[in-house]
Amino acid sequence: MMEPHTAIPSLLAAACLAPLASFVVILLAGPRLGRGGRWAGYIATAAIAISFVLSVAAAYQWFTAHPLSPSVASHEAADVHASGDHTGVAPSPLSGTWYTLARFGELQLSVGYYIDSLTIAMFLMVGFVATCIHVYSFGYMHEELHEFHDGEVRGDDGEPLVRPGRFHRFFQFLSLFCFSMLGLAASGNLFMVFAFWELVGVCSYFLIGFYVERRSASTAANKAFIVNRVGDFGMVFGLMILLGTLGTLDFGDVPGPRGELRPGMFSLVRAEAEHHALTVPEGMRQFAGGAVPSGENAEGSADRAEVAHGAAADDSRQGAAPRRGAPSGYVWLILAGLGVFCGCVGKSAQFPLHVWLPDAMEGPTPVSALIHAATMVAAGVYLVGRCYPLFTPEVLYVVAVVGTITLLIAASIALTATDIKRVLAYSTVSQLGYMMLALGVGGWVAGLFHLLTHAFFKALLFLCSGSVIHACGTNEMPRMGGLWRKMPWTAGTMLIGCLAISGVGIPLWFGLSGFHSKDAVIAQVLLFQRANPIYGWVLYAAVIGAAMTGFYMFRLWFMTFAGTPRDEHVFAHAHESPPSMVVPLAVLAIMAVVAGWQVPGTEFSIPNILEQGRPAGTGEAAFAGAAWTALTVPPEHESHQAVIHAAASWAAFAAAALGIGLAVVFYGTRKVDPARVAAAVRPVYVFLKNKWYFDELYARLWVRPTLFLAGCAAWVDRQVIDRLADGSAAAVREFAVWDDVFDRLFVDRAVNGLAEVTYRLGLSLRRIQTGRIRLYIVWLAAGTAALFVLASLYWQFLTT
Amino acid sequence: MIDPPLAQIPLAAYLLVGTVLFVTGIACMIAKRNLIGILIGIELILNAGTINLVAMSGPFVAGSTLPALDGQIFALFVILLAAAEAAAALAIALTFYGGYATIDVDHGDRLNG
Repeated sequence: MMEPHTAIPSLLAAACLAPLASFVVILLAGPRLGRGGRWAGYIATAAIAISFVLSVAAAYQWFTAHPLSPSVASHEAADVHASGDHTGVAPSPLSGTWYTLARFGELQLSVGYYIDSLTIAMFLMVGFVATCIHVYSFGYMHEELHEFHDGEVRGDDGEPLVRPGRFHRFFQFLSLFCFSMLGLAASGNLFMVFAFWELVGVCSYFLIGFYVERRSASTAANKAFIVNRVGDFGMVFGLMILLGTLGTLDFGDVPGPRGELRPGMFSLVRAEAEHHALTVPEGMRQFAGGAVPSGENAEGSADRAEVAHGAAADDSRQGAAPRRGAPSGYVWLILAGLGVFCGCVGKSAQFPLHVWLPDAMEGPTPVSALIHAATMVAAGVYLVGRCYPLFTPEVLYVVAVVGTITLLIAASIALTATDIKRVLAYSTVSQLGYMMLALGVGGWVAGLFHLLTHAFFKALLFLCSGSVIHACGTNEMPRMGGLWRKMPWTAGTMLIGCLAISGVGIPLWFGLSGFHSKDAVIAQVLLFQRANPIYGWVLYAAVIGAAMTGFYMFRLWFMTFAGTPRDEHVFAHAHESPPSMVVPLAVLAIMAVVAGWQVPGTEFSIPNILEQGRPAGTGEAAFAGAAWTALTVPPEHESHQAVIHAAASWAAFAAAALGIGLAVVFYGTRKVDPARVAAAVRPVYVFLKNKWYFDELYARLWVRPTLFLAGCAAWVDRQVIDRLADGSAAAVREFAVWDDVFDRLFVDRAVNGLAEVTYRLGLSLRRIQTGRIRLYIVWLAAGTAALFVLASLYWQFLTT
Repeated sequence: MIDPPLAQIPLAAYLLVGTVLFVTGIACMIAKRNLIGILIGIELILNAGTINLVAMSGPFVAGSTLPALDGQIFALFVILLAAAEAAAALAIALTFYGGYATIDVDHGDRLNG
């Protein structure tokens, strides 16, 4: 049996490469794989299932080697953690290098891994959800097995487009997508993260634009790609700052070229010698102040030591870090954090770059599920969680604020949307806002816990909506209604999903997965509000968001499944989906219920798993570090205090109950007509219906100026540069005409004339070439005589 | 020792003989159509030149009373060359005959212009 520290990286590498292998096979063999490319689906599904099994094996190895510590929530008070034994048992992450790409002196680019329990959890989640989605896609995409009639694309003759099915291509990109996401989760350095990050982006581009003939789909794919580039622009800046100041992009300590252990970013920013407190690393300070004189250097070390000491000694932890002038180079730490977060804003569809996600609904529904649950948007939140040790309180505050704004805006837009997938899309944006908010206020476990539970229930909800769309042939909820009679399985599983995302449960006891994770988020926000009363508005936003979540999810459910059918034609056409679609729904529904629970008799629960992987130092009060603001990021374990937890739990419960109650009143019982309410608050309704006019705003702010600029450039091209080029060409042509005349008149004539003269001379001279030797002698003699005569006649001229 | 009666003959007489020989040779070359005749004309011309060389040989070696023999030596060379030339010319004549079955040079006018 191999040692865990060698076996786990190999297992995870194999788990990554299985979908890649499937991608390559389908890419090469493609439509030849069975009738209509049917086998492509089996290969891709088998590959991702293998990934999942290998992830389970890796998880087994990991948790055998590093047993989970007792449940955090069961602890009476925070003092157990304060004594430090909790961080003491946390196993150090496995980090190393699979393959070194290039080495430039001290700089090293490698394909490495960084494995802790977060990585393991991500692998399990991605493997599980993606497997369900693959199985589901068999049923959903069966139309692509033969020639596909795309009713949404009309040719010039008004006939629907007929094209070959693309079953194999769908699974091909699905495989590449899974590979990218798994690779991202296993990445050991930011360079590799960035590579997979872009791979995820390009996969989403392919899949959103799967129905490439539809104009809306290709536009949406472009939008997703371009908006993501905006975020990546910031991310590249962040990476450059980190690489330039730290000289490494590795997360953990990895062996260097000469076998020595090179400290990674986390060790540089949160050195073990400093008790993992946030300090400005040496490289960054030199970068900020040029060559640091030794005196100042010594002062700096003393300064750092004092911070760490002060933090450790401070018991109250409320406003723990002594405020002091920020050390030099601190600004680079902030900028690097903001840069990395910029990329996450784009990828996780946070305000102000959230506009691409709802449009991404143009892709097939399984793709929406994959993007929204397991892969694309999860990547941004995951990266914030992964880079957590690098973030200063200021950066975290920005994260929290962006998350809060996002969750409110997206939830409010979801209230009025009528496209079933768009409601879910905005709900995703809103839930991602929750995750960012949780991470921003110090809730590392809470945010990632919500990420993982959300993956299950959002995948479930999307697949349910896909089942509904499959049955009805439309996305518009106003044409649905009463469908639960026709498709009970879909209705039942979707109800579970709605309950889970709304966070339904019995306070302080138990509930669906969303209940546990949302409670954790709100508890942490409440703690943050207590620690920083002036920044406390995020708490109200979070609670209002919870109420809106309940409302729009049950609005969706009631409009789709309950009451009487609104459109008889659609209703008559509707039918329950095939087993390959219903089974994944049922499996995901079970996960949506139980994902927040603890396995009885063991310590296994998602929060416990995550707690084990908490980055060193981020759970401490010293986390606050030296800051520019009076901000305190409270340590997360304090949110488990009974008083905080109870308050948060009841607040969340009340909010969700309010939202669901309103939905029941409006759409369940249809006692109040929503149209009348909409008419009563018409300006607000129109504002929300138009999605806060974000698309219009961006069109005004960016798209139109860009197009205008492009138009100007095109005008300059046509009017100036083209004219210049055309003009010079015309001038050259004119000159060539004159040159031609000159050539013919003078040059050619001179040459021809010379030839003519030579020719005639030759003709005349040939006459004396008789070939008669005796005549030649006569000429010779005569010539000699003539020379003599001449010489004697002009002798005096020759001699003088 | 120079023979006294010979020494009385003036230079012009030698040159006159040479000239007559030369002109005779030229005339022979022009008039004869026979290749051998032309060859004889050439020989006459060569001998004209040889007489001139001998006639104009200096009387003494510079700064002594020894008679100078440079002209005579040149004459020997010319005779030698004439022999070689005659051999080559006879070979040409043979070849010519092989080609034309005659040695009338007027038939060999293929190289006309």
